[in-house]
Amino acid sequence: MFAYEFMRTAFVAAFLAAFVCGPVGWFLVLRGQSFASHALSHVGFAGAGAALLWGQPALLGFGLSAVISGMGMGMASDRVIGRDVMIGLVLSLAMGIGALCLHFLTRSAGAATALLFGDILGIAPSSLYWLGALAIGCVVCLGVMSRPLLFASLQPDVAEAKGVNLRLLDVLFLALVGIATAMCSQITGVLLVFTLMVAPAAASLRLGFGPMPGMAVAFALALFEAWGGLCLSWLSDCPASFWIALLGSVVFAAANGVAHLRGR
Amino acid sequence: MSVPAIEAGQLSVSYGGRRVLDQVSFAIPPGSFVAVLGGNGAGKTSLFRAILGLTTPEQGYVRVEGQSFGKGRMPVGYMPQMRRMVAGQLNGWHMVAAALQGRVWGLPWYSASAQAEVNAALEAVDAQDLAMRPVMSLSGGERQRLLLAQALLDQPRILLLDEPLASLDPARMRETTRRIYDLARERGLTVLFSTHDINPLMGFMDHVLYLAHGKALLGSVDEVMTTPALSALYGAPVEVVRADGRLFVVADGGADTLHCCDCAEHTR
Repeated sequence: MFAYEFMRTAFVAAFLAAFVCGPVGWFLVLRGQSFASHALSHVGFAGAGAALLWGQPALLGFGLSAVISGMGMGMASDRVIGRDVMIGLVLSLAMGIGALCLHFLTRSAGAATALLFGDILGIAPSSLYWLGALAIGCVVCLGVMSRPLLFASLQPDVAEAKGVNLRLLDVLFLALVGIATAMCSQITGVLLVFTLMVAPAAASLRLGFGPMPGMAVAFALALFEAWGGLCLSWLSDCPASFWIALLGSVVFAAANGVAHLRGR
Repeated sequence: MSVPAIEAGQLSVSYGGRRVLDQVSFAIPPGSFVAVLGGNGAGKTSLFRAILGLTTPEQGYVRVEGQSFGKGRMPVGYMPQMRRMVAGQLNGWHMVAAALQGRVWGLPWYSASAQAEVNAALEAVDAQDLAMRPVMSLSGGERQRLLLAQALLDQPRILLLDEPLASLDPARMRETTRRIYDLARERGLTVLFSTHDINPLMGFMDHVLYLAHGKALLGSVDEVMTTPALSALYGAPVEVVRADGRLFVVADGGADTLHCCDCAEHTR
């Protein structure tokens, strides 16, 4: 399996995605914003389609549109909450724009499948430098803001009273979610971002770990899903995204079972 | 004369387009235990937010220990009204600890001294047994104890407690009030304690700050909780009834219904 360069590249890319998705997903689930990753992946799809149409890398378009949208969501958080119809329409519009962009591409079918369901085996080795830089930058930023972010996530009223800038944290955090979503989409595709971003984090929280161990466990579970999916894909000749999604569900169900047995 | 713990001068605050505090002035002596009373929408939470610097007054000022502190720098512990607990899956210890130097950038990593401070706060409210339990498994009263422990972190000299008795049964109300009173006396804290029901605080409070119709009245229980004083504050007939050691405030049908009367509403 490791004799092939595309497999080695895929394993490194999966490691980098898990490295970001674990801790970012942990905060995402803690804050009750799991849906944000799903929303940003939809918006990112439109950006990726537009980037491909203009001859630019899909990751660039995806990342830019997801980060900008994330910051917009952070700035408008009070006004967005509860407006499910508006959110649904924006997501549908984003998917429609993505579909339109891909329609004008000559290789639209392959590009659409890769964007929607991931193409981890098709990641170019040169992309690893970008993914690595994004991963390190993302995790360092999250580390720097994690203490006030935790406080603001658990007790926003008290945090604000203690001088924490809630709006700034919202904007910064959702920008990081945008980056994490872009990286994750390279592995799982737009439609399955949830499985790598949310399932390991939700399982970690369900198991009752504190913040630092919780983020580490979320990373370990995300890595297990991503590498496990690659191995099973190699053995079965089924898409890695399918196995990652399946392992995500298994991990969460197992965590629930363990929590139940421990009486949590 | 000592500097007031909290002083408001001609303070006006609006919420949702409505002026909830209208040129209110008062001075709370340091070390006093003050019941902040008033019906829904009387401005109790708005007053606390103005003291904390979270709401900019339209007019007037509010000072803490004679100073205008920057947001987050005042020696005040704040316990907000209990809302949905986001941290449901974390345990009680981590929920409390999140507030310790929570505005400082960096990792949520706690030194031995920080851990000792969190443990001491939990011990002060007799909540050590809640430390390892998931917050979502706790009752309303147990969660209130965690929030109180959180308010005690960082050595505050003033406590602002917004409806700490909400969702508690009468026995727990009295127990919680006593716990807060003992802590305040032991540490020399000034406490502002907002509530709908004055009776669990009888025998503990030094002063009452009664809010109604945008106005405020500060004084001892005997000064404030009288028919003439509250009628003047409301600008409408209000009767204060003392029965069996308890206080009941009964509003005229034309006035707002009052809530500081033994949990139930009494109108006529």
